[in-house]
Amino acid sequence: MPEHPSEPLIHARELTKRFGTFTAVDSIDFDVARGESFGFLGPNGAGKTSTMRMIGSVSPISAGTLRVMGMDPATEGSRIRARVGVVPQQDTLDNELTVRENLVIYGRYFGLARAEIGRRADELLEFAQLTERAGDQVEPLSGGMKRRLTIARSLINEPELLLLDEPTTGLDPQARHLLWDRLYRLKQRGVTLVLTTHYMDEAEQLCDRLVVMDKARIVAEGSPRELIERYSTREVAELRFGPDVAEGLDGRLEGIAQRVEHLPDRVLLYADDGEAAASAVHQRGLKPETVLVRRSSLEDVFLRLTGRSLIE
Amino acid sequence: MIALPRTNSTVGRVFEHRFLQYRRTFRASIFSSFLSPALFLTAMGVGLGSYVSSSAVSSLGGVSYLAFLAPGLLAATAMQSASFEATFPIMGGLVWNKIFHAMYATPISPRDIALGNLAWIAARLTFIAAVFTLIIVLFGAAASPLVVLAIPAAVLTGLAFAAPIAAFAATQRTPDRFSNIFRFGITPLFLFSGTFFPLTSLPAFLQPLAWLTPLYHGVALTRGLSLGTIVNDPAFALVHLVALLAFIAAGTWALLVTMERRLVRG
Repeated sequence: MPEHPSEPLIHARELTKRFGTFTAVDSIDFDVARGESFGFLGPNGAGKTSTMRMIGSVSPISAGTLRVMGMDPATEGSRIRARVGVVPQQDTLDNELTVRENLVIYGRYFGLARAEIGRRADELLEFAQLTERAGDQVEPLSGGMKRRLTIARSLINEPELLLLDEPTTGLDPQARHLLWDRLYRLKQRGVTLVLTTHYMDEAEQLCDRLVVMDKARIVAEGSPRELIERYSTREVAELRFGPDVAEGLDGRLEGIAQRVEHLPDRVLLYADDGEAAASAVHQRGLKPETVLVRRSSLEDVFLRLTGRSLIE
Repeated sequence: MIALPRTNSTVGRVFEHRFLQYRRTFRASIFSSFLSPALFLTAMGVGLGSYVSSSAVSSLGGVSYLAFLAPGLLAATAMQSASFEATFPIMGGLVWNKIFHAMYATPISPRDIALGNLAWIAARLTFIAAVFTLIIVLFGAAASPLVVLAIPAAVLTGLAFAAPIAAFAATQRTPDRFSNIFRFGITPLFLFSGTFFPLTSLPAFLQPLAWLTPLYHGVALTRGLSLGTIVNDPAFALVHLVALLAFIAAGTWALLVTMERRLVRG
């Protein structure tokens, strides 16, 4: 069934997933355009993985409408999966096989010819910077290498759509940056990326557009920049007070900023001019132990929307 | 290195994966496939068999103890190998390395994964049974050329265990209960299903119970074929065959259900 070029690659209306009486995804609407890089941002348990599994056509929807590349996962799951690449939250590599064998057998699952798989495997090993480890067992590889192998594996069928569930969770900063660089290259090649994350910086780096999910629902949608403009101020002044001072702060910061958030360990002043807000605090005779003025991030958007921090 | 079989069916691709894994260990496993039946037949058949008196031999149907025992051991070995292959590799693919989940992210369906694994177990059993049958012939323990058909009979015996056990394994998150299958299922059957002595030696009330176990039917078939006595009562042989097929069909159906349920739940 050839889909219309202007049709969204993924189309979801009132998409719902229930497990017994528990509702994991509660009537969400979204569209993902071809070539776009789209993110689901939210804390653990927000319904991101359930949504990804429905898109990946391995988990039937409970209610609503879902179309992936114009096809219905309920009836054409296998045909959808043939054109999608999946990077699951936990690595599902075969530890009994070598790095290269993992790629080759995965290509076979798609029914690709052996010669073609060999050509693609060499390219993908290069892309994932694993050429030198091609003949090694998977088990001793570092977390970052396993992740890169999982991504390489997900590309063996040259997918139009790549689903990445928490692609860099648990990796050290260097490994994360290397992975982001690889994903950015894929995006430039026109692969549609859909990813879930609870890392703000990851969403800001990789996503053209994202939805914020909380408790099974979508609470906001837009580009990272739009969301920050809509739900936060340009800058934030982060103040840390000593424990005894923090107790008696009630009301003493009113009017200094557009919005004040009291967190257990710090106070956030939302203002377009963070420096001015910080000096106003000093003028009122308050002496914070540390002051940090920074730009607003998606973390602030999430805090505003849900009243909670993203990583709890 | 053995060349991989070429196939384009989705079931075949799952088979191919098991084959690729097996290539790493096949040398060690081939060695034990030959050694273990040879040791068993020497110790139990030749060694212990020499103590079985000639009066007892009449109740064995007038054949040597070795000739009586060998086809029974063939069926029992198929049962044991099949049970092992149906437990750890099935649960492991779902829980430990999650490779069945990886397969399901591709055009492969849960049904393909279930059937591909059963096909792999059937292939393993064919090899094991063929080697065992060759050793039986070399020991001079086969009385009829029909012994060749004991190979497929042993494969069916193994599958009659593998299919329902795999269906159970697909529901498990730890291997804790597998030891119960072996302790309370496989080992008693191994000892009391007519492998080592005729069922008529058991108390009368236990004999009908044997009919409910696949191994009893498997042993009856392999022994009838190896000794050639099957031609005396072909109708009875057909009943045994149908019983094995029924276990396989019911087990396969159950495996399709549990595998699908497990993979869809995630």
